[in-house]
Amino acid sequence: MNSRILHIATNTFREAVRDRVLYNLIAFALLMSIAAVLVGQISIHIERLVVINLGLTAVSLFGLVIAILIGIGLVSKEMDKRTLYTVLSRPVRRWEFIAGKFFGLTGTLIVNTFFMAIGVFAALAYVSHHFVRSDAWVLAALYFIVLQFVLITALALFFSSFSTPIFSAVFAFWLFVIGNFAGDLRNFAAMTHGVTRALATAAAYIVPNFSDLNVISQVAHGEAVPIRLIILNTAYVTVYALAVLSGAVVIFERRNLK
Amino acid sequence: MPAIEILGLEKIYNVGFWRKRTRRALHPLHLSVEEGEIFGFLGPNGAGKTTTLKILMGLVFPTSGTARILDLGLDDPRMKAQIGFLPEQPYFYDYLTARELLKYYGQLSGVDAKYLSRRVDDVLDQVGLANSANVQLRKFSKGMLQRAGIAQAILHDPKVVFLDEPMSGLDPMGRREVRNLIEKLKAAGKTVFFSTHILSDAEALCDRVAILHMGELRGVGAVAELTAGVHGKVEIVWHGTNVPSVVRSITAEIHSAAGITRAVLPEESQDAVLEGLRREGFHLISLTPVRTSLEDYFVAQLGSATKEEAVSIRG
Repeated sequence: MNSRILHIATNTFREAVRDRVLYNLIAFALLMSIAAVLVGQISIHIERLVVINLGLTAVSLFGLVIAILIGIGLVSKEMDKRTLYTVLSRPVRRWEFIAGKFFGLTGTLIVNTFFMAIGVFAALAYVSHHFVRSDAWVLAALYFIVLQFVLITALALFFSSFSTPIFSAVFAFWLFVIGNFAGDLRNFAAMTHGVTRALATAAAYIVPNFSDLNVISQVAHGEAVPIRLIILNTAYVTVYALAVLSGAVVIFERRNLK
Repeated sequence: MPAIEILGLEKIYNVGFWRKRTRRALHPLHLSVEEGEIFGFLGPNGAGKTTTLKILMGLVFPTSGTARILDLGLDDPRMKAQIGFLPEQPYFYDYLTARELLKYYGQLSGVDAKYLSRRVDDVLDQVGLANSANVQLRKFSKGMLQRAGIAQAILHDPKVVFLDEPMSGLDPMGRREVRNLIEKLKAAGKTVFFSTHILSDAEALCDRVAILHMGELRGVGAVAELTAGVHGKVEIVWHGTNVPSVVRSITAEIHSAAGITRAVLPEESQDAVLEGLRREGFHLISLTPVRTSLEDYFVAQLGSATKEEAVSIRG
């Protein structure tokens, strides 16, 4: 990473911290503490299932909200407040600005997820008093959640490069919801014929595939996550995020900053 | 080699969502600024000054034309490393302290990390913010933000400094300090290109000025050259508070106080007025030429532009 991207990323992270974004960890800690205490009291041997399900879903939702709320303002807020003027009048390329913003927010979400992961494992330790081998797959599920954040951040940044924050939020959230049904969309496409099949297939492959990145239920039941899936998901998210970010760069490179 | 060379920069905006219309913000502009000059870019609000500066900074793309700064293209990072820019009414990352902000900008400008901290302290001291270095910018007044803006523009010791309304928001002391700072930059061999609508600042500081009105260049040159072509005025003072009819018919700039009257008249009417005063028995005290100011030139230019526009609208 070149130094300018690193400095912009660091500043984006610092902004999130100073804007008290990481305060969501307090709400998350409270949620996990209450869940752990309640589940511990009504134990019917599904403690692990409940804590993992609840914990990972909360990690995903908290991160999703942060990714969308901050992501949609990454470019538009800097344009509105004109803070961009003094950045882009320096030897900073526009693509470097986009890359720095992306890495800054992704870094923020990774740090946030790291602390939340500690909370999930702490709650798990509290309710079951020991870890089992299959708990390691919780780490794989957390990794997939981070991959979801990478996609959402790239999408929010893409919309932020040409749209208003409200529209960006709606578009990004809508794509997240649709993307969670990407598997069903592909199945539907397979059952149709002709033009409908072509359109449904195209739509199924264009929307980001969030459904393959959700293994929370599987992991909660102690099932393993195939290594092949980890590799494929990593490759998919890398390619998809790069394509979306390239789109953001192409649009942003042509924008007049009024 | 000129420090700044503007070759026919033009900007036309498309406005309207459904019915697309065009709005010309800048007519093809040709301008050249020499190294070491303090160049004033003058014009009323909406004249196209900020648009020109934004194009030069690579924030807005021109519809046609080009420009070179230090003989490098506008998108060349080597050029951007050698220029400083203060935007109009600057707004900065308000969660940062002044020191953090300058450090960040220094990093982006490629200032050597070994010297950065010392340089930041020096510049903060230069703009009078040394005591507020560790205060978050959200607690800064407008004047302090302007100083922080000037600090970030000169932090990396640029060869050319662009200042968009640098005196805006400053109190008289602050304005004087900025004027001194601009003079220091010139003494250090820097080129300063600044836009303003405060003509006294331009008159006091600039080697040359350009006047822009409605996106069109109305005049460019040294202040003395520009004002030489404007017809001068004279101030006539006489005893008494009565005003001869000949004076009344020529000017409305007449003030009576403490038993004497002053009138400011066009130079070419002075003989007729003196004759009138003598004929009616007034006792003349003095007749003094009034120095033509940049303001007179400015008003004359904008006045003629407005008349031309009125004619073209009627036509």
